[in-house]
Amino acid sequence: MGGLTTAMFLFLIASGLSLVFGIMRVINFAHGSFYMLGAYLAWQAVQWLHPIGGGFWIASLFAAVCVGVLGAVVERLFFRSLYGREELYQLLFTYALVLILGDAARFLWGTNQLSVSTPPVLAGSVKIFGSTQPLYSLFIIALGPAIAFGGWLLLNRTGIGRMVRAAQMDREMLDALGANVGTIYTGMFVFSSFLAGLSGALITPIQSIVPGMDVLIIVQAFIVVVIGGMGSFWGTFWGAVIYGEVLSFGILIFPGFSLFSVFALMAVILIVRPWGLFGRPL
Amino acid sequence: MTTIAAAGTAHRPSLSRRIPWTLIVFLAACTVPWLGSRYNVFLAEQIAIDALFAVSLNLLLGTTGLVSFGHVAYFGVGAYVCGILMKTYSVPFYLAFPAAGLGTALFALVSGFFCVRLIKLYFAMLTLAFSQIVWAIAYKWNGMTGGDQGLPEIPFPNLDWMNSIPGLSDLKTSDQFYLLAVLLIAIALAVLHRIVRSPFGRMLTTIRDNPERAAFIGINVRAYQLAAFVVAGTFAGFAGALYGIFSRGVFADYVFWSKSAEVMIMAILGGMNFFWGPPVGALALVWLNQEITDYTQYWPFVLGTILLVLLFVFPGGIVGGLNALWTRLRGRLRA
Repeated sequence: MGGLTTAMFLFLIASGLSLVFGIMRVINFAHGSFYMLGAYLAWQAVQWLHPIGGGFWIASLFAAVCVGVLGAVVERLFFRSLYGREELYQLLFTYALVLILGDAARFLWGTNQLSVSTPPVLAGSVKIFGSTQPLYSLFIIALGPAIAFGGWLLLNRTGIGRMVRAAQMDREMLDALGANVGTIYTGMFVFSSFLAGLSGALITPIQSIVPGMDVLIIVQAFIVVVIGGMGSFWGTFWGAVIYGEVLSFGILIFPGFSLFSVFALMAVILIVRPWGLFGRPL
Repeated sequence: MTTIAAAGTAHRPSLSRRIPWTLIVFLAACTVPWLGSRYNVFLAEQIAIDALFAVSLNLLLGTTGLVSFGHVAYFGVGAYVCGILMKTYSVPFYLAFPAAGLGTALFALVSGFFCVRLIKLYFAMLTLAFSQIVWAIAYKWNGMTGGDQGLPEIPFPNLDWMNSIPGLSDLKTSDQFYLLAVLLIAIALAVLHRIVRSPFGRMLTTIRDNPERAAFIGINVRAYQLAAFVVAGTFAGFAGALYGIFSRGVFADYVFWSKSAEVMIMAILGGMNFFWGPPVGALALVWLNQEITDYTQYWPFVLGTILLVLLFVFPGGIVGGLNALWTRLRGRLRA
């Protein structure tokens, strides 16, 4: 059950990463930084809203929107001019963002651990199958599949989704047909950043906010995306479930080797099926 | 960018050609212990080790066109093999150092065998995965690597032979080790230079520029890439072995993935299309780091900003920029 909560969180984070990879063929190291900013912004908004009370949900939305706007700025100002360049430059650009945003957060919020209390509605716990589960975890476990389903609907059953899938297959052709590919790219990047910010905000009641959470989470998100298949939305979902379970069972069976086992799993999948369990070859 | 590089070397005047720059730099590096402050030795040693590390990465990055995001794994394996042999098993440095190179070469052979089978982004991800595996082992295997406590107090090598050389006998052990490190690094860089300039190195560049065509004229692209991977890994291992002794310990932090990005920044800051680019990048970055941390604790912010400027304004790095400037000036003078 604990593994499942971790898995759903990782899915929330990795889904945006996978989306950007699938469409733009970019590995975005800064995704973890967007997640961290979401957490800090949510904490900040909770502090501002404190006199009014009950601000967690507004704060989360505020954080996610802010990070989404930041994503738009980054994509329009910088990323745009890197699409035609070698992936080395794209990788290093996103790494430059990791460095800059990490220090910006340190400058604005210091190095102390910050925490946000669970919203009152979900503060309790319930008994399921004889074990007590916090309501908030159940909420996250329910939210994961909801987002996965929503994302799938958006990509596969709407006009926007059709455009996005077309851009994924053949950018030039879509451009030639008169569609505005630039806007689609920006939109996807914003949506991905929004998801990162949202997951950062939603993790605050469970985990304290610390500097360095950005570089720790991004590697885990990479593992999830690699297992499921870069660019595949459902793949990322199952990748997160597999990751969460391997990690939690790994701790039970070989306590020292759980970290090793997830990275080994990532390597094995890249060796055997580089496009992941659920993805398609490029 | 390669055309600029070629033009630069072709037009270089004969006078600067005849001056043995590398020898001068090497001799200058050897005088550092006599310059007074212990701090200078510390900086110079850091720069020399980082220079070797960055040049070894650049064999993949610049010469072969392979974007490895896990090069620190090989640095770390070298550091741990040498450190564990010297500290836990009391093996002398003169055996532990080659053993570190051999161990790293074996690991690079095994991991590289799988990595070179993958195309660009997947290659970067798999190298990252291997480096995180090394990190996880270093972090968790308490019995061997000391886990999160690391492996402190690695002994200095036996440097008694230096005492018989006049002028060196009154130096501190750390200064004597510095001289040994500079000598070993100079040899390593000379070997790497020969490799890059050899027919083998030319073939790597051909593969970088057009792998399909290289395969078409009958080159075994994967075998060449794997060979480059093993050579690059081995020399990173040597750099790591020296670093472990230099910093008096090996810690799991050395192997975390963000260190791979740092050495990559060094290579690009210097200019990855030039053999001497990465050492210049190492020099610039280590020196800047020392200067800036005196004023502000926000070094990563400064580094990120440098990287942004580099990517958008000077993609050729310092050496590339200077080279372009030099060619332009010469053009002006001629006209």
